[in-house]
Amino acid sequence: MAIGWYLTVSALIFCIGAVGVIIRPNPLVILLCLELMLNAANLALVAFSRMWGHEDGQIFALIVMVVAACEVTVGLGLIVAIYRRRLPINVDELNELHG
Amino acid sequence: MSATTFGWLVLLFPLLGMIIISVAFRRLPGISAGVIGTLAIALAFVAAVCALVAIQGQPDTHRELTSSLWDYAVSAGMDARLSILVDPLSIFMALVVSGVSTLIHIYSIAYMTSDRGYNRFFAYLNYFVFSMLLLVLAGNFLLLIIGWAGVGAASYLLISFWYRRTTATAAGIKAFVINVFGDVGLVLGTFFIFRHTGTLDFQKAFAAAPHVFTHNSTDLVAGCLLLVVGAAAKSAQVPLHTWLPDAMEGPTPVSALIHAATMVTAGVYLIARMHPFFEIATSAADVAAIIGCLTLLVAATIAVVQTDLKRVIAYSTMSQIGYMIMGVSVGAYSAGLFHLMTHAFFKALLFMAAGSLISAMGGEQSIDKMSGFRKAMPFTFLCFMVGGLALAGLPPFSGWLSKDDIIGFLDNRGGGFLILGIAGYFGAFMTGLYTFRMIFRAFWGEPCEEARELEHGHLVHHDIPTNPQTGEAEDIDVGFPGAEHHIAERDIAMRVPMVVLAGLALIGGAVQIPGVDNVLTTFLDPTFANSHLYHLEGSTGADWAGLIIGALIAVAGIAVAYRTWVLKPGTSAALQARFSRAHTFLSNKWYFDELQDALVVRPVQWLGRFTESVLERGVIAGGVTGGTLGVVRAASAAVRRAQTGFLRYYAAVVFVGLAGMALYFLISAS
Amino acid sequence: MTAVLFFIAAIAALAGAVGVVALRNPFYSVLSLVCHLIALAALFLLLRAEFVAAAQVVVYAGAVMVLYVFVVAYVGGQDDPLHRPGGALKVLAPLFGVAVAIELCIAMLGTALKGISSDGAPYVVGFGTPAHIGTLFLTTYLFAFEVASLLLLVAAVGAVMLARRRRGLEPEEEVAPPIVPRAAFTGTMAEAAGFRAGAGTTTEPHTQTEPVGSQTTPPPPTPNTAGVGSTSDKSEGGW
Repeated sequence: MAIGWYLTVSALIFCIGAVGVIIRPNPLVILLCLELMLNAANLALVAFSRMWGHEDGQIFALIVMVVAACEVTVGLGLIVAIYRRRLPINVDELNELHG
Repeated sequence: MSATTFGWLVLLFPLLGMIIISVAFRRLPGISAGVIGTLAIALAFVAAVCALVAIQGQPDTHRELTSSLWDYAVSAGMDARLSILVDPLSIFMALVVSGVSTLIHIYSIAYMTSDRGYNRFFAYLNYFVFSMLLLVLAGNFLLLIIGWAGVGAASYLLISFWYRRTTATAAGIKAFVINVFGDVGLVLGTFFIFRHTGTLDFQKAFAAAPHVFTHNSTDLVAGCLLLVVGAAAKSAQVPLHTWLPDAMEGPTPVSALIHAATMVTAGVYLIARMHPFFEIATSAADVAAIIGCLTLLVAATIAVVQTDLKRVIAYSTMSQIGYMIMGVSVGAYSAGLFHLMTHAFFKALLFMAAGSLISAMGGEQSIDKMSGFRKAMPFTFLCFMVGGLALAGLPPFSGWLSKDDIIGFLDNRGGGFLILGIAGYFGAFMTGLYTFRMIFRAFWGEPCEEARELEHGHLVHHDIPTNPQTGEAEDIDVGFPGAEHHIAERDIAMRVPMVVLAGLALIGGAVQIPGVDNVLTTFLDPTFANSHLYHLEGSTGADWAGLIIGALIAVAGIAVAYRTWVLKPGTSAALQARFSRAHTFLSNKWYFDELQDALVVRPVQWLGRFTESVLERGVIAGGVTGGTLGVVRAASAAVRRAQTGFLRYYAAVVFVGLAGMALYFLISAS
Repeated sequence: MTAVLFFIAAIAALAGAVGVVALRNPFYSVLSLVCHLIALAALFLLLRAEFVAAAQVVVYAGAVMVLYVFVVAYVGGQDDPLHRPGGALKVLAPLFGVAVAIELCIAMLGTALKGISSDGAPYVVGFGTPAHIGTLFLTTYLFAFEVASLLLLVAAVGAVMLARRRRGLEPEEEVAPPIVPRAAFTGTMAEAAGFRAGAGTTTEPHTQTEPVGSQTTPPPPTPNTAGVGSTSDKSEGGW
């Protein structure tokens, strides 16, 4: 398949993820949609790596995976802490950081 | 060492004295501050004498020496250096200033003991003497202005020395403001002259004057008139004289030094120094002469009705300075300066004696309450008599010779100046009158309570001293003359200078006896060599005729005073009742204070209030800063509304932004 | 053949993505994401990135998603309705999503990038194998490798800090007990050293009638005598 197809799929997945971040009020699901966006980026990176013939894109994709793992860890830790304090797990009601 | 080195030393010693006393003022015990101050001025006097000797050792044409310490701002069009001019005139002034200052310092060592501000006093006095010496030794307009301003500042500090006294601080402010007014005149006058001569240096400016200015050219007349404004403010001439009587709020040594002998003569010195310009701008010189004449008449009339001892002497100072200004404006330079010297002697003596008398009265200054001190205070009485006779102008005292020297010169010049001369004689009559009014009232008659106490050896002392003018209790914490009052009979340090001054008042006139010698005229000749009025000498016979007339008039004044206040004690009350309107007019000092208040003070206050309420509050605080503030507040409130706290909203904004950017790049790429 | 596999994997990935967004129950969203990840691994294989595909399955779909499952189980996957403030967002967001997708596609396919329309560079043996990846990690990209390790450490420590239990944070226990000064010769040190008010010889601090727990915990400001009785259920012990 031409590389362009893969890139199209990546773009679509990215947009679906972005829409999901905006629409869902549950922070867990927002994190999942963030994962979607990261994966779309990974796909694009690997596709370009195939196009050029270097593995640099794959290295980058691996690092992105590491970062995603860390981010998920910390984010879920946050959600657990929120849950422990008996606050609602809903980003619309966690809105005290305002001006 | 050369004369100019001595000149710098003359400046250095008082400066050092001031610095030492100021830096160590908390740690100087007892009278050490007084000793240091006196020593500093005494050394300055010695240096001045050495400079005199050095200058006299030079040939006649080489007696005007400049020396520059540092080039401050020398560039195109401006030559501002720190330079002094050592010539006969400045040495003469330096000798008078430092000599009289030394004597007054010695007097103050005793007079101001037990005053809590003792050290501060001597620091201020030394600062004053330094500034005055700077003024007279200045070699260019720059240092002259600096010294001029310095003495004004010193005067302010010393007048409001007892700074918890409201009358004293008000008087200090009044003096300073009027002095600053004069400073402006001086600086502007300097500028008018500088514009044409192109140099600040005295020698060069004087040399350039005849070439740059024509007779009575507008700029020069304007410049000289402005200089006269400066001189009038500093020397308390009408209409800028109102500060001098109020300045008597300061301690008596201050009155003696600053407001009798030295600072108020700065105006006389100025006109004498600037004589090349005044001789070209004769209109300005005439104006100055008329001002001097007016002042001597106005002040003499007011002095006749004053009841405060020091104020009588203050008005007499004003009057005598009027003589001097009149003298130097019409060309009687040596006569005017001669009168300056003798006046310094007998006026300082009178003030010192007045200080002693006021101490005996326990701080009371009104002559209404004084009488019969002859037996109780013989030494003070003697000093008063010597000073009073010199002031009135009786032979053989110095004041007789100097005052009539001036009047003689006026008569000699003739024309319109004769009128000034006659006014001078009338002033002499009044002088005798008010001086001896003061002396007869204080020393003749039945001894008052304080005098009786003193005859028994007990000095009166009030438990709660009160301000003689307002009657409010004094704040003795700060240093209103401590707990003690010092009279001359008891303090040797007060007697010695008084004796010296009395001696000088008696014999000091011997330097200028017409027909016998003219030491002063020949001494000052190098400075005034470029003057065409200096050598206008009358005949010796005419001079002696004038002297005799002057003596007779003075005796007449004293006789009238004797009759009114000693022989027939009720006369003055009767006269007062009969001429009550005139008396009120004179008592209110010709309403000059009220005039100044209406013309200057009230409009300025109104302007201040207007500026504060309208400009400051309305425009600046309301419009400029308030407006900016309001704009920023509104803008930030608008921006703050974007911070809602909703996460999804933020994410949506990011996403929309991304969409926008991608669109932009797409469009720009295609 | 690759085309068929590509389409199957692509459609699976997209379906998974849509599922994540659309499914109500968060648990189902997680499972949908797992499916998406595995499809993506297939796509990686098609692009000859063997090691990345393996890492994707093992690390991402394996470890990270299991973590997610744990958390969702703990927090509770309650169904959440969609009527929230920002109802406007519900309409606008998909619109903007479509817009961005179209823009990206135009950007890519409308360019003259020759590489995109090809199948990629000629295949080199060993492309995408762990050997090559490892060599690159330890030579050219050593710094990134090290930084990534550090990042992992930071994340681990951070997660522990965030999720630990803290004492006394429950709202009804926020009022601190008042500090009342003890009487003389009382207190743990005094008692440990054997000083007793009035009873000189006994040296056993533990035979007192106050609750034991508050006696020996170091150093609590709670008073012994003021009768603030229920101290035992306050102290949560260490954490």
